[in-house]
Amino acid sequence: MTFNKILVANRGEIALRVIRTCREMGIKTVALYSDADMDSLPVKQADEAMHIGPALSRKSYLNQDAVIAAARETGADAVHPGYGFLSESASFAQACHDNGIIFIGPSSRTIARAGDKSAARQILINMGIPVIPGSDDVIATPEAASDAAEQVGYPVILKAAGGGGGRGMRIARNQKDLLGAFSVASAEAGAAFGNPALYLEKYIEKPRHIEIQILGDHFGNYVHLGERECSIQMRYQKLIEEAPSSFVDETLREQLGSTAIRIAKAFDYTNAGTMEFLVDKDKNFYFMEVNARVQVEHPVTELVTGLDIVRKQIDIAAGNELGLAQADILLNGWAMECRINASDPTDNFMPSPGEITSVILPGGPGVRLDTHIHDRYMVTPFYDSLIGKLCVWAPDRFQSVRRMKRALDEFEITGIATTIDFYKKVFENKQFQDGNIDTHFLEQMDNL
Amino acid sequence: MNKTIHTVTSPVMGTFYRSSAPDAPPLVEPGQTVKPEDIVCMIESMKIFTEIRCGRAGVVKKILVENEEPVMKNQALLEITLGEK
Repeated sequence: MTFNKILVANRGEIALRVIRTCREMGIKTVALYSDADMDSLPVKQADEAMHIGPALSRKSYLNQDAVIAAARETGADAVHPGYGFLSESASFAQACHDNGIIFIGPSSRTIARAGDKSAARQILINMGIPVIPGSDDVIATPEAASDAAEQVGYPVILKAAGGGGGRGMRIARNQKDLLGAFSVASAEAGAAFGNPALYLEKYIEKPRHIEIQILGDHFGNYVHLGERECSIQMRYQKLIEEAPSSFVDETLREQLGSTAIRIAKAFDYTNAGTMEFLVDKDKNFYFMEVNARVQVEHPVTELVTGLDIVRKQIDIAAGNELGLAQADILLNGWAMECRINASDPTDNFMPSPGEITSVILPGGPGVRLDTHIHDRYMVTPFYDSLIGKLCVWAPDRFQSVRRMKRALDEFEITGIATTIDFYKKVFENKQFQDGNIDTHFLEQMDNL
Repeated sequence: MNKTIHTVTSPVMGTFYRSSAPDAPPLVEPGQTVKPEDIVCMIESMKIFTEIRCGRAGVVKKILVENEEPVMKNQALLEITLGEK
């Protein structure tokens, strides 16, 4: 079985990504747009488009009632939420269900259970899955944070209870830092997820961020699609991802993969999801969180597995069997992704909204570019700074690095500051080329 | 008396907020004495919050932008009357 029409409840590159697969599957699409996105590519590429509200996210893409109304009015039988916005909203998934619309993602109950990080943590501790020491509950006040920090020991990290992606995250190395960081982290969390609650955990120095992509259907079948190495981050925002990881051998991959599937089963997880781990230098791993959605960096996994993850999401949501066993998942070659952001690396990665006057896109063998930008595209300050994802595939890591350097050299965006030139420097760095990285790599790069 | 005005400007295009959280009181009010390191407002751009510091010591003369209004890069946000020299 499949769907007749899918409403894409998102914008930018991920809306375009979903529309592309729908078109290839012969499924009609509905794009939504705010005042700021009226002339966007997803609106052009979709079969239909509906206005959803003003530019501010909470009045448009986060407005659940408006999204549900649009789905009903257009007769969509399913909603794909992309990432961010309503993708990890249990109440939205429930509202879809209550209106007879299929939410392409895990059930409302699974999102709620996996998203309640303190409860999720306890479930996994009880299963013997290693987690990072931290507060058992949401931290309501700076004073409570201070007490929790004394228990686990500094340094500590504050994280948003309502979602991931680095919003609302702050590290504190002492009590003074912690008290100062609390209100800013809480405000960021509130703005990004509509939930200002924070939790706190011990901060592990020099870790790698390694995550496992899983797929699960409604018949209890699960597979993992191997790992993604996401250690190249700036302020907890991933910038470069790759698959596989040069740090993960077959043994660790099997351990991480089977752990990820155990976690998925514990939450009755269906559809595509990601289990994030921190891995220390001795290959001890700690579960961090479940990302109950398709992720920004999913293309690197697609490139090494040959699978279309969005297509799998749609098939699973439509009630089809996974049709894959673990033995079918073969990792082939090496894929890398650079997130092209509208931010200025020469000015502390300050956001750089503005008009793109012209753009020259990279291409050629082994290059995949997911982007919604074009000449005269206006990058507004209302949404996140991701304007494109430049991915490459090659038979091995060495050639993948070479290919990314070549593609970055071809890529020109004028009118706004972007991260392109910064990535050229990263890809010239010897330590990076050797795969000798951790989550602090970028902070220390100038000294390497 | 040799009073001059210091103008606090936005480093980025974004949305102006007078408080650090939706239910928090405004960071500063007109007439309030401020030190250079004091945070006087927040700018949200692309989901990133930037704390805007006063930069100079003085008294808040005027807040030039309404809460939650869009602002351009380099737009004037607040006027600070500098202290006597």
